[in-house]
Parts: sequence; structure tokens; C-alpha cells
Amino acid sequence: MRRGAGGVGLMLVALVGTACSSAPAPRPAPATTVAAPAPRAASSLSLPASPLTEDQQILHALNRLGYGPRPGDLERVRRMGVAAYIEQQLSPRSIADPAVEGALAGHRVLGLSTVELVREYPQPTPQARQRMAQGEMSRQDMMEMYPPERRPVVITTQMQAARITRAVVSERQLEEVLVDFWFNHFNVYAQKGAVRWMLPAYEREAIRPYVLGRFRDLVLATARHPAMLFYLDNWLSTRADFVVPGNGPNGGRRMGLNENYARELMELHTLGVDGGYTQQDVIEVARCFTGWTIDRPQQGGASLFRPQAHDRGPKRVLGQVIPAGGGPQDGERVIDILVRHPATARFIATKLARRFVSDEPPATLVERAAATFQATDGNIRAVLVTIFTSPEFWSAEAYRVKIKTPLEVVASAVRTLDGRIAPAGIGPDALTGGGVALAREVAKLGEPLYEAQPPTGYPDRAESWVNTGALLGRMNFALGLAHNRFRGARVDLGPFLGGADRSQPAQVLDRLLVVVLHDEATPRTRAVLASQLESSEITRTTAYDRVPKDTDVEKLTALVLGSPEFQRR
Amino acid sequence: MHDCTRRSFMKGGALALFALGGPPRFLLRTAFAEAGAARPKVLVAVFQRGAVDGLSMVVPHGDPDYYASRGNIAIARPAPGSADTTIDLDGFFGLHPALAPLKPIWDDRRLGIVHACGSTDTTRSHFDAQDYMESGTPGVKSTADGWLARGLAAMPPREPASPFRAVSLGPALPRILRGDVGAVAMNSVADFDVKEGAALTAGGPGARKGFEALYEQGVRDLLYGTGRETFEAVKMLKAAAPQRLAPANGAAYPRGRFGESLRQIAQLIRADVGLEIAFADLGGWDTHAGQGNERGQLALRLKEFAEGLAALDRDLGARMSDVVVLTMSEFGRTVRENGNRGTDHGHATAMLALGGAVKGGRVYGRWPGLRREQLFEGRDLAVTTDFRSLFTEVAVRHLSAPAEPLFPGFVAKSGTLPGLFA
Repeated sequence: MRRGAGGVGLMLVALVGTACSSAPAPRPAPATTVAAPAPRAASSLSLPASPLTEDQQILHALNRLGYGPRPGDLERVRRMGVAAYIEQQLSPRSIADPAVEGALAGHRVLGLSTVELVREYPQPTPQARQRMAQGEMSRQDMMEMYPPERRPVVITTQMQAARITRAVVSERQLEEVLVDFWFNHFNVYAQKGAVRWMLPAYEREAIRPYVLGRFRDLVLATARHPAMLFYLDNWLSTRADFVVPGNGPNGGRRMGLNENYARELMELHTLGVDGGYTQQDVIEVARCFTGWTIDRPQQGGASLFRPQAHDRGPKRVLGQVIPAGGGPQDGERVIDILVRHPATARFIATKLARRFVSDEPPATLVERAAATFQATDGNIRAVLVTIFTSPEFWSAEAYRVKIKTPLEVVASAVRTLDGRIAPAGIGPDALTGGGVALAREVAKLGEPLYEAQPPTGYPDRAESWVNTGALLGRMNFALGLAHNRFRGARVDLGPFLGGADRSQPAQVLDRLLVVVLHDEATPRTRAVLASQLESSEITRTTAYDRVPKDTDVEKLTALVLGSPEFQRR
Repeated sequence: MHDCTRRSFMKGGALALFALGGPPRFLLRTAFAEAGAARPKVLVAVFQRGAVDGLSMVVPHGDPDYYASRGNIAIARPAPGSADTTIDLDGFFGLHPALAPLKPIWDDRRLGIVHACGSTDTTRSHFDAQDYMESGTPGVKSTADGWLARGLAAMPPREPASPFRAVSLGPALPRILRGDVGAVAMNSVADFDVKEGAALTAGGPGARKGFEALYEQGVRDLLYGTGRETFEAVKMLKAAAPQRLAPANGAAYPRGRFGESLRQIAQLIRADVGLEIAFADLGGWDTHAGQGNERGQLALRLKEFAEGLAALDRDLGARMSDVVVLTMSEFGRTVRENGNRGTDHGHATAMLALGGAVKGGRVYGRWPGLRREQLFEGRDLAVTTDFRSLFTEVAVRHLSAPAEPLFPGFVAKSGTLPGLFA
């Protein structure tokens, strides 16, 4: 069924009125929106009836599939139809994205291989550090040998800046949301040893290509990637009786099984903690992955399979026998078993529904999404279609119920004000230009990008990122953004406010409520903001002319961005 | 996995009070003073990130193998009258000379040391070992919360409730305090407010009042509830004005982030904002090359460390009867020095406990010895005290926290606790 342009809206208004939800209930559809539907692009997606107004549906899509609307997005999607917009987002390759290419041209680490990164952003050698510590080398010499723009920290800095830049600028919004989701699901921590140099390749090669593809490909790509092998120690895992051959520094050293990757593969990547595996399964899975290692990780080496380190004995994983004499296919066989397990379908469906619908997603939706996962052999795009076309996704209960994560609040604030991010700095500016300052704000709100320490990634429920310190941080971020205090990011409130007359504070406020909160402010918020206009600090008298009042647009904008309503999506 | 029910419940309870028009959740400082209630016990946890060389910090100068293993970087045997030698403590152990500021506290029997302390996990990765020491679950990586957060969550809440029960000085909340207790991370006490605007005045009180009014609405949910808590916390801190408290008793904090952190922790304690757990860290301990001996790279770090702790002790004065400072580091360093006159990642290290309630003036724990066959994997100081035993003892005996939730899967057997408390 094609969505009937809000035709069913009126009938459902009554339901909305009685819906009890902790979130502000959506405003009932005004009768005018039921009027003649605009011409739509053909779409094969059929959306269910929704109690939301057409504009609310569009805002919902822009807020859930992406990092919130920019000025003009609402109108754009209204023209093309929300189903067509969703369909387009589900095929990111079909969307031209020239703005991103321009914005990221200066982030050179994004395109470099791990070997190149190790060469171009080297860790100062212990010898150099020793000479410096002993005063044989001056700070000046050290700076010349290792200038700031060639320090390893540039890699993470540019990655962080690129992540926020893409979230703000990219037209492929759903793809960016999914990169964030899947990176967090298959988390690696930038500060753990050699991971830093592997980070750009990891996101580029193991995450990005598969975010809408087959789940199995995602698991296999991360399992094989040096970043994951290093982060969860599988590169050190060998059969129990393995002794390092040769006369190298580790020659003669006894190695053995390391269970870290095996455990997290089941607990965090596939089955979930209640997925029904045992400690013996952890050991058996670890045995299957022995020999999956890295060729000299500190030099940026590739992953490889080392047959001598592999446990060739028979294994039994979740009741299935993996015969003796295997090689790298033992690990691949494990991945096949895990991704087809019903617990995996349920676990992944739950996490996706939590991300896109609500912190406690309805069981009925999770069941259907899990069924799609199983029926399509883990086709992520198909699971998302199930979610995006579900009545639960379009329900009044789901509307604006999610609280924005730190990344989401920063990206959506810049987008809503039509902020511009300067191109990345080159040379000595490599650590300050572009999205660097915005990425630092994300960190201040509690979730520094690429720096989630545990393999769980950042928690996916709001309780963990809403606390007193972080909320204060959000208000200060709003003030900083509106006052243009972040280097490399600029908002221009003049054109943004359109024709609003600065000497008419009420007009400015009305305009802000429309363009930032899309008229979704509670009456109380409106009243509070209106009363702020009486405050002499919001409406100030200018010293230069006879105009009695000039609105402190920056502060008023900050109040709106820091309001409870803007923390939701 | 992450469990949010407890915090949600607490928030629900707090909000119910608001809904009923009950008293504000956080009363101001005077409330603490007037109530005459016992002041909370405070734990100040200090993390030496990067693995401090316990053998240079607390020197086993009575062990002949110590000097045999370290040709260049050993700390010279105690020589009375010389400032550049080990400061003898008990005839066997001594303090690095840079730790001289701690000697009076030792003499006062308020500084206890646990040597050969560390993790049962054998990892030599900083990342993993810090992770385990903060989550409190060696070998288990997916633990979502930190052990201090679990401990605090299991302690009965005090009346009146405080938003500053757990505070970390620094930009991000450390793993050790992550969890369902609403621990606060602050860069500085002065920063905990709605910041000023462009001209450093424009944003001012107007913006704060505006935000406060926005979050004052009677909606019962996580966001509004937290918003109200936030402004109560801001006001409480404003009223308590800890930043007005200059260091007392002539305490002089070392320059730098660590000294600043400790100075502000002392301010929060003295301002009676309800602080129970404070956290600070300092890095620079990963001395692979050019470690130095009585002087040098490590000595400089130890000096800052000791001056900071001694200043805190002096600043708090009599309040130290309610305070324990506990230091920790993810592991120790190799017994033998390496080819770069440094040390590599090892196993056990030394940890300090300082405070009025500590039975100080003693080095605790069994000394495993430094002969090759006594070493862990033939190279490192062996662990004879599981860090969880020490931490359990401090949390249970000092904070009166229940032992059970601190370290899941770990049961401190009687007789294995170091015995730091009377």
C-alpha cells in the first residue's frame, strides 16, 4: 500500500490525543495538511498509515535516517515524497555527494594505507625520546625530526574531524548513520597501540563498504582486519603448544590461546550476551581462529594466516563439528554458524530497532526485523526496510522519543543552522582546521569519536549519555556554536533568520521556533522563551542608533539549541 | 550488559518528589553543616597511567638482587645525610628520594604501602590492564561499568542527596566511574556552569536563567529530570563556592594538571558538597628509555606525584581522618633494566594508601623476591596481593561499601586482605 499522503491522519488523531508517552505527544495533524497531495516521485516502498502529519513524518525520517534537517530539507523531501527519500537513502551510491569530497580534500589520512601512515606519521623512536629526556637533543631538534603535522595524533584528529564533517555535510545521511552504528558495533579503540595507524583502513575497508550489505561480509571483513586482530588480541592467539621459532626477540617464547576475540565475537558482534554459548564454545571458537594474525603490526603489516600457529584438531562450536585438519576456513565456518544463528538475528534486529525506533523497541517489531534478517541471510538493507516500513517506526510513541547522542546533537545543531565547516587545515594547521573543533565538542559531551575504550563501544541507551555534566556541556556547546566560537565551523545567523527583523524580538523568536524546532516546542517552552525576551540581556539597547531594541540573536539561538526539545530527535 | 534500571528508578524517585512539590533534591551546603550529620567518608583514587616502576618508587634496597638487576637505574642504598639516596623506611624498603614529601606522613603512621600488588591477568598491554583495573574484572573486557561506580551505587544514598557524590577531574568520565551513579566529570570547578558568551560576559546569568527556566517544566522524564538536577548542582556549587577556598595550612600544590586536580578535590571536600569518591590521574610512567635513577625522567614524575599528595594531605589537615587516598597503576615494570637504560612492561607494582584511618608506617604484602626463579615469567616482580583485595579492603573498611558488587566473581578470602585498617 502506498502511503496515502496523510489521508488516514484524521482518523488517527483521536488516538494520538490519548496516547500516553513520556515524550511530548506530536501535535495532531491540522486539517490543512490533508489537502491535495503533492506530486511524488515513484517509489516502490510502501509506508504504513501513520498518526503523524506529513511534515512530522518528513522530520522523523530526516532525524532518524540522518543527522536532522538542514534549512530547505523539509521542503525538498516534501517535493519528492518521504518514501522516495527513504528509498534513495537506502541506495547511497545513487546520491551524488560532491560537497563531502570538497570538505574532506584536506583530510589526507583518509586515503592512505596503513603502511603509508606508519611511514608518514611515525612514532618517535625510543632512542629519540631517550636523547631528548637526557638533554642530548633539544626540543627544537625533536620538533624538526617530528613536526606536529607529522605526529601520529594527526591520524585520529583527522578521522574525528572527517566523521563530524561527513555527518554534517554528506547527502548520504543514512550511510553516515550506519557507519557510526556499525563502527560502534565492531568497535576498535584508536589509542590501543598500533590500532591508530590501522584506523583509516579499518573504517574504509571493513566497515563502510558493507553498512547496507550482508551481515556476514561485515563480520568477516572485521574479523580479518588487522585493526580488529590487534585490538582484541587474536593476532597473538596460537595453538596451545606453539613456540615461536627462530632467533628473533620472541624466538623460543611459548605462546598459546587468547580468548578475547572469540568471546567478543559471540557476545558483542553476533549472538549477544544471552545468546546461549558456553565457556567451552569460547575456547573452541578461539581455537578455530588461531593463526589469524598480522604480519608485523608495528610496521603496518597486512593480516595473514599462519598455518604453524593454527590448531588443527577437531572442534565443536554450538554443537556443530568442525573437522580436524582445517586451516583458515575453520574461522570462516564459525562465522557462518554464528551469523545464521537465530540469536544473532534477534540481537542485531534489537540493536537496529533501538537505534532507529526507540531505546526499548517494541517486541513485535524486533520479531519481524529478526525474521527478515533470517529470511534474507542477514541482508541489512532488507532489515532496515522492515523497520522503516513498520507501523512502530511511524507511531506516535516513537516520534521524538530518542535523545540525541553527543555526535547527533553536535551534527544536528550545525545542520539546523546551516553551518559551514572550513576545509581541513594543511601543514601546521592539520590539528586545528575543518571539523577538529566540533569533534572536540563531541568529546566534551562524553563520547570522543574513535575513543570508546571497551569493545562494547558506546552504550546505545540515553541513560548513559544524559547526566548533569554532559547536559551542561550541551548548553555550553549551544552558546559556543551560536557565538561562532569554534574554529573551522561558522554559522551565519543573518541569512538563516531570513527576513526576521532584529529589532522585533518576537519575530526573531518565531522564526527560530520554526527553523530550529519546526514548531515542535511545547507551549511551556514557547512561554519561557517569550518571557526571556523581556530580559534586558536578550533584548539589548544598542549604543549606536536610536532603535530602542536589538535582539541578542546569538543568545536566543543558543537557548533554543540548548532546549530540551532540541535534545530529541 | 548495561543495566539502566537502577538509575532510571532513582531518577523516577527524585522526580516524584518534584511532582509532589516536595523539597528540592539537593539542599545547599548549610544543610550539611546544620544537619550535624556525620561527614561522608571520602576516597580519592589516583591512577598512575602508563605503569609506574614500583621498584624505583618503593625501593627494596635490602634485596641484593635489586642492585644486581639494575646497573644504571637502581636507586642508591640509604645513606643518612645524603639527599640523593633511598629514604629508608623499615630496613628493607625505602622511598625514592623524590618521594621525600611523603616521609613525614609515613612517620606519622598515616601512609601504608602495599608492594608486589597487581592483577591476576597477565596482559602487558597498558590498554587492557588499565581497562581491567578500572572495570575491576581482569580478563573480562565487556564489563560495561567501573568498580567505583558499582561500589557507590550499592552504598545507601546519603541525606540530603548530592549531585557530587562522585567527581572526576578531567574532560571525560573515566572507565572506573562509568555506570549508573551519575558521576560528574569536570575540567575544573569553575567550569561547572553555563559559560559566558562571546565577550565573556554576554552569555552570563541571562543564559543560565534562560536554560534553567527551559528545564524547569513539570515533565517527568530523563531529560527534564537531569536538567533540573544540573541546575540544582550548579547552584549548589555556586553557594558552596569551593573555588574561594585557598589551600590551607600552607599547602603548596605542584604546578600542572595533577596538582590542579588535587587542589580542586580538596576544595570540594572542604566545601562539604557531599563528595564521596574523587578521581584524578597522571601519566608519564612508561619509562622504556632513559628512566633515570635518583634523578632524571622518573624522578621528576615522582616529585610531582609526591608533592601533590603531600599538599592534599596538608591542605585537608584534620579532615584527613575522613579521607583515604589510594594510588594505583596498571602494572609494574621489568626487574632488569633494558638496553635503553629503561624498563619494559612488567607485572606487580607498589600502591599507596594514605589517610587518617590507615594503619600506616608499614609495607604490606608478601615480598616474592627478585631472584630469577622467583620472578613472574622469569622477568617481572610477581603479584602477591591481588589489587582486588586491596581495593575491596579500602572500599569496605573505609567507605562501608558492600563487597559483593565491587568485583564480580572475586571473593576476598579472609586472611588475604592486606590489613591496612585497624
